[in-house]
Amino acid sequence: MQGKSAILAKIRTSLHVSPQDAERQAAVSGRLNEPPVGIVPSRGQLPEEERIALFRKMAEKYSATTARIATLAELPATVGDFLRAKNLPLAARMGSDALLRTVPWESEPTLDIRDGASDGLDLVGISHAFGAVAETGTLALASGPDNPATINFLPEQHIVVVRAEDVAGDMETVIGRLRQVMGRGVMPRTLYFVTGPSRSADIEQTLLLGAHGPKGLHIVIAG
Amino acid sequence: MTVTQTSRRPRVGLFATCLVDLFRPSVGFAAAKLIEDAGCEVFVPMAQTCCGQPAYNSGDRKDTRALAIQVIELFEEFDYVVAPSGSCAAMLKKHYPELFKGDAKWEERCRRFSDKVFELVSFLTDVMFISNVEAKLDGSATYHDSCSGLRELGIQKQPRKLLASVEGLEIKEMKDSDVCCGFGGTFCVKYSDISNSIVSKKTANITESGADMLLAGDMGCLMNMAGKLKREGAQIEVRHVAEVLAGMTDTAPIAGSGK
Amino acid sequence: MQFTAPHFKENAVGALADVQLQKALKNVETGFIGKRALAAGALPEFDALRDRGRDIKNHTLTHLDLYLEAYEERVTAAGGHVHWAETGEDARNIILDICRKAGAKTVTKGKSMITEEINLNDFLEDHGIQPVETDLGEYIIQLRGEHPSHIIAPAVHLNKEQVEEDFRRVHTHLDPQRDLTAPESLLSEAREVLRNRYFQADVGITGANFLVAETGSSVIVTNEGNGDLTQTLGKVHVVVASIEKIVPTLEDCAQILRVLARSATGQDMSVYTTFSTGPKRPEDPDGPDEYHVVLLDNGRSSMLGSEFQDMLRCIRCGACMNHCPVYHSVGGHAYGSVYPGPMGSVLTPALFGIENSAHLPNASTFCGRCESVCPMHIPLPKMMRRWREKEFERHLSPATVRWGLGVWAFFARRPKLYRVATSAMVRMLSVLGGSRRRIGSLPLASGWTRYRDMPAPEGQTFTQQWAARKATGKAA
Repeated sequence: MQGKSAILAKIRTSLHVSPQDAERQAAVSGRLNEPPVGIVPSRGQLPEEERIALFRKMAEKYSATTARIATLAELPATVGDFLRAKNLPLAARMGSDALLRTVPWESEPTLDIRDGASDGLDLVGISHAFGAVAETGTLALASGPDNPATINFLPEQHIVVVRAEDVAGDMETVIGRLRQVMGRGVMPRTLYFVTGPSRSADIEQTLLLGAHGPKGLHIVIAG
Repeated sequence: MTVTQTSRRPRVGLFATCLVDLFRPSVGFAAAKLIEDAGCEVFVPMAQTCCGQPAYNSGDRKDTRALAIQVIELFEEFDYVVAPSGSCAAMLKKHYPELFKGDAKWEERCRRFSDKVFELVSFLTDVMFISNVEAKLDGSATYHDSCSGLRELGIQKQPRKLLASVEGLEIKEMKDSDVCCGFGGTFCVKYSDISNSIVSKKTANITESGADMLLAGDMGCLMNMAGKLKREGAQIEVRHVAEVLAGMTDTAPIAGSGK
Repeated sequence: MQFTAPHFKENAVGALADVQLQKALKNVETGFIGKRALAAGALPEFDALRDRGRDIKNHTLTHLDLYLEAYEERVTAAGGHVHWAETGEDARNIILDICRKAGAKTVTKGKSMITEEINLNDFLEDHGIQPVETDLGEYIIQLRGEHPSHIIAPAVHLNKEQVEEDFRRVHTHLDPQRDLTAPESLLSEAREVLRNRYFQADVGITGANFLVAETGSSVIVTNEGNGDLTQTLGKVHVVVASIEKIVPTLEDCAQILRVLARSATGQDMSVYTTFSTGPKRPEDPDGPDEYHVVLLDNGRSSMLGSEFQDMLRCIRCGACMNHCPVYHSVGGHAYGSVYPGPMGSVLTPALFGIENSAHLPNASTFCGRCESVCPMHIPLPKMMRRWREKEFERHLSPATVRWGLGVWAFFARRPKLYRVATSAMVRMLSVLGGSRRRIGSLPLASGWTRYRDMPAPEGQTFTQQWAARKATGKAA
């Protein structure tokens, strides 16, 4: 731990502070225990229907496609239609997400839903986003067996389901909800904020989709 | 004209700037005319030399302070200190206080001085509330926004407002009028190749605007752009904006054909 | 990376003559600037968020020791390991040790400027471990044996044709007749080649845009998804980050994120903003078994409490260089440092010494455009001037310049002498200018007259003429 004490000592010398300074410690623990929110732009602060419309507009701005269904019962047909329209095989990888598992997949009998993490050979993955941010068209997904992280990146097409009521106006609201579920200071292994399919502009600043992640992101809003 | 007993004309110390003093006195006279027309009394302290930017931007804080003290002592008696240059005005207004921060003797005295400093055109519009001038000039002009004036003093709308009141004059904006011309004080001689690259883009934009005349509020920028335009064989007339606003365009321009 | 900052002038001359580079640099001028302006203009709270970002960073920096300790505690609680590296050498050794323990033969890398700063790739290769850059821009320049020329767009100095040439040269397992004229085909090829490397790699190394003290999380901000595959598919995830990347809370991070992507590329959010905390959990089907964070000091602790502290607010968005007329002219490689442009001109002397990077803070017109777009309100010109002061104090500026300015200051401080000297000089120059009133070449001022004419003075100074008119009672 020699590096640690040396670095901390240097910092304290530079700032002319002592580690025992109670006021400084209070300032830090105060902020960590009660994080101030800050400035939340008015853009996303809308009633639900307008918020969802904004979310769709922003997501589409970043090259996602979006669809709205009234109930989750319609999801299998939506997925089937999506795959048929893109001439893709009727197969998709999905985690053990509780919400997705309650969906009546048997209503689309030709649709082959495979379990678990992606092996890199799947063309399509389906995930459930626990939240979304209308302000920027962003989805919030947590890693875990429910929604394996590899499904977010390896398949060419990524279908993400989010409930209408989970579409928040801003990122701070999503963070607050996560904190309530997980407890203070606790996070899933990975928390993904995804805005559109993968892209790169590294070749002459030309925008291209499908760099290392999915080429297509299809968002289905249910409710 | 009624003369009220209780008010007198504001006393303005004209900080000519070394480039105007040495290279283009007509700008000094134009500035003086504009300030007088606005209802002020103009004074030109003879002991003025330089605002200290060359020393300041080269890291010579000692000489800069000495010059700053000289300037403050010479000009602090006036109601306003006005300079026909965004960079010199910014030096006196924004940077002098930095030099004396924490200095028990000079901090407050400098602050009082710097509060009175203004660049010429913004002085006319923002302090004397002049919204038009009487000058007439047939033709078109494009205006370059000098960096210090723009970013340190917020000067952008004011020259355009007054130029719009010049009868017969059409403003033709150039592309990237708010981008640096490549002068940068000693930069243009120390890194002349890079400066040349930057000023070449500027002269291309100036030419593309199709204007008869190039105007700006800073002699450093003007000499840089004029010098390049001349070398390229361009005919566009280059002047300091004060000359046009004061209706004093009969002197030979900095560059170009002139009338 | 080979440090060539002392040769900035020569580098610049080469860059100005490089036709390919000049063509590529137009993309910087025309692309980034407009996009940032649109994004900033579309968010009314943008400027208020910049102020808040600056305040959050200032608070963090003045409490950095405490936030670092809190951060380490959370990382450890989540099952990760924090290593503290005082120097680049320490960091390299720590990373090598981790790779060796993992039996790593190849290592995938997400784009990370900090690993460039410490020259990690060459070091790993020297020790028999192959690093594979996965960011498309970084991958391209790795093939060319080059270093990034921009902190967020590493290959911005290249044209499509150059990339095509490199892919053909290196991807010899593919059909030589394949069509690579469309950028899409280059991207698909890179995607395919790199996809395999992710699965083969034992260790994934990323940088971090932020380290969140509240949760012990590292945050990466990418568009491609390469950073995410790098950190998820390897057995070990190593995060390398300098100490000033700390932000206190998730909300603080969200606040600064709002100005990061908008300032960099004009996007409201980048495609992937990922918060990682510790190794995979027992129930996770994917993710790394080990999670290491290497915290690097390398000079930052000395910048705290100094007149360069504000530079530590930098969030590496690249807006400053995107708007810099000097960067537009010469590109990033000319600076000869891992950090180019305005932010590089302040940071490079701080990390590598002003005596080694004397040109960088001088190659600026102080136009101020960088500061005007910096999302963290970093006073870049002011700090560049401060470096010039340090050079002056240490007599590092060229003798001729020092002498010339000394002469000017000597006269300027003596008004009577000044009047005499300048009226003589003005008379001489106006004679030189002749009837056409232009000076085409001037000894001692060849830097000017090489490219420009010097307009000749009017013959008498303003102060002389004013005094004369006053004396004769003429109206001004």
